[in-house]
Parts: sequence; structure tokens; C-alpha cells
Amino acid sequence: MEKTMKLEIFRYRPDQEDQPRFQTYEVPFREDWVVLDAINYIKDEIDGTLSYRWSCRMGVCGSCGMMVNGIPKLTCATFLKDYYPDKIRVEPLTGFPVQRDLVIVMDDFIHKLREIKPWIIRREGEEKPIEGGEYLQTPAELEQYKQYSMCINCMLCYAACPVYALDNTFVGPAAIALAQRYNMDSRDQGRDQRQEIIASHEGIWECTFVGECSVVCPKAVDPAGAIQRSKVSSTIDWYKEVLIPWGGKKR
Amino acid sequence: MGGKEEMKPYRRPVPNTWWLMRRSYFLFIVRELASVFVAAYSVFLLLVIYKLGQGPEAYEGMIELLRSPALIVFHLVVLAFAVYHSITWFNLTPKILVLFVGEVRVPPLLIAGAHYFAWLVLSALVAWVILRA
Repeated sequence: MEKTMKLEIFRYRPDQEDQPRFQTYEVPFREDWVVLDAINYIKDEIDGTLSYRWSCRMGVCGSCGMMVNGIPKLTCATFLKDYYPDKIRVEPLTGFPVQRDLVIVMDDFIHKLREIKPWIIRREGEEKPIEGGEYLQTPAELEQYKQYSMCINCMLCYAACPVYALDNTFVGPAAIALAQRYNMDSRDQGRDQRQEIIASHEGIWECTFVGECSVVCPKAVDPAGAIQRSKVSSTIDWYKEVLIPWGGKKR
Repeated sequence: MGGKEEMKPYRRPVPNTWWLMRRSYFLFIVRELASVFVAAYSVFLLLVIYKLGQGPEAYEGMIELLRSPALIVFHLVVLAFAVYHSITWFNLTPKILVLFVGEVRVPPLLIAGAHYFAWLVLSALVAWVILRA
């Protein structure tokens, strides 16, 4: 007899029902299958109406994030065998509105990502012309921010963050980690511009350091660490501004 | 196909018991709650100092009260929370303090260790002040 496994999947079809419900599917169990394989099997063989996002199947694109038994996971990297023979419950990432089935509305995250200006900013007049070549950087300077640059925008950290779930105005872990990534880049001069968002009430100070964002991150970005370090430098800024007459203003 | 105005995104409610749903959330809430006990003890300590200011008799009465079982239990509970609060925060310090000596990062264990060491030294100092009499 072929081994099988049950998946309990969150369904929400706004054109047919006002409330979500769970639907259970039975799929074949394979040693090398991940949760995403099982969901693809359902879509192809059992129920074509199931909606979800996925793309690369190798933990790079960041689109297949879902709650697996209540924990945010990339479903392409979550093996069935780690749950077998128990039932697996699959839900859309928490903290976000649900568009349909396992598809969340990610507009808020995309908006926040853009707000922190995740690109290299140069001061007026300090931008090199193209003929001037690239901005050089030592391996040690790269090491300062490299970890934060590994973010794939999968939003698992947002789904792990109770602060974001309770108050959507929070800028959130990935956006702050990415702001930190550019702030710590030796080629960047845009920290002051980003501080308007990062040091605001909705920014770093909203974070209570639950730390779960760093636990669920599939790329070991450590957004919680990034936020705390950002708090330290913002606090130093404040002391400089208040205590040292010449220390406050823009570098 | 329909535009945004035709969508009906579903917002899932956050239950008040969210902090019971994951072990890490629960431990976080205990850490936050511990600060209430630490604050309560600071108030209590101010009260003891206030009594001291009212003269020897008031202070004696306070000392007598401190021997009551209820206050001993209060001290033990506060101590447990204060220790938990300190340990959880000290363990987090390497994430907050990322220091470099030249190009080499100070090992995280050393950062946390320095905090524990300072804690030990200060506790020993307090113990010495109290017990030397």
C-alpha cells in the first residue's frame, strides 16, 4: 500500500464565501517531497481551484512562504518526512490580509520596502560619473553588511512578528534589516534619509525584541539583531545631538 | 479581470492568547512581565528608605514586617523574576553590541560574559557591604 499524508489547507474564496475554512486533502507520501510538492500535486491532480504563490523551488525567490503547522516556512524547503505521519496544516502567512486561499496581500510590505530606499544613495555632487568606474570596497567593508544583503523578501519574518500582527504600521523586520544593509555599506551616504522612517515611532522603536523574526529567517539575515543595532546607533545620534553642540548635525 | 476595488481581502483576527501559541512568545512575555516585578521592588525599596527617614522606630517596625512569611515569599518571587529578566537580557546582548577590534569582531560569548562578570562583581560588592557588619 502506498503511504499517504493529509494536508489541511486554508481556503478562502471571496467570490463564493465570506469566511475562510479548512479543506483536507490526501496526498502520496514521498521521502523527497517538500510541502510545496504536495501542494502542487493537489493543484494538478485533485483540486485545480487552489491558489498559492511559488516559483523557484530552491529557496531563492522567496514566494512560497506559508504557515506550516503555525510556523512561517518556505514550503519548498520544508520536507513532508519531518511531519509524517501526522497531518500538516498549511495557512497563508499571518499578519497579512488574505487575497485568496494561500495568497496574501503583500502591498504593505512592498510599500515599506520602497520607503526605506533600498539602494545606494550618494550625497549631491558626490556621485561618480560612469567613466569614473565602480566604488571600491574592501572584503572587510563587505563583511559589515553582507549578512543583511542575503534577504530574499519572503516575509516569513513579518509572519513571525507579533508586533506586526497586532499593529500593521510597524515598518517591520525585513525592511529595517535592508535599511541597515545599505546604512552599513561603505559606498552609501543615505542614512540620514532613511532615518526619517527607521527612527520614527513606527520604525525601530516599535520593536520589542521578541526575536522570532531571526529564528524563522531562511537566510540567517538576523533582522532582530539589525533592529537592535539600529536602536543603538539612533540612541548615539540622539546623545550627540543633545549633549554635543557641534555633534548633532548631518555628517 | 477585476481591479483592486473588487477584492475582498480577509483579515484574520489576532486572538488575545497569541502569546500562548508559541513557546518563544510565551518566554518573551514572561521576560516583559518580569520588569513589572523589578519595578514593584524598586517602589518597595523606596518605601523602606522612606521608613528609615521617619526615625528608628518606624524603621524597626519595617524590619519586623520584613520577617513576615508573605514578604519573604514576595522577595523570592521578585528574585526569580529579576534573575530571569537579567539572564534573558544578558544572553541577548551580543546581538545588540556588535563590536570590532580593528577588523576582528569581538566574540559574542565575550560580550555576554562581560555582562555576567560585571553582575557577579556588583553582587559580590553588595553582599560584602551588607554582610560585613
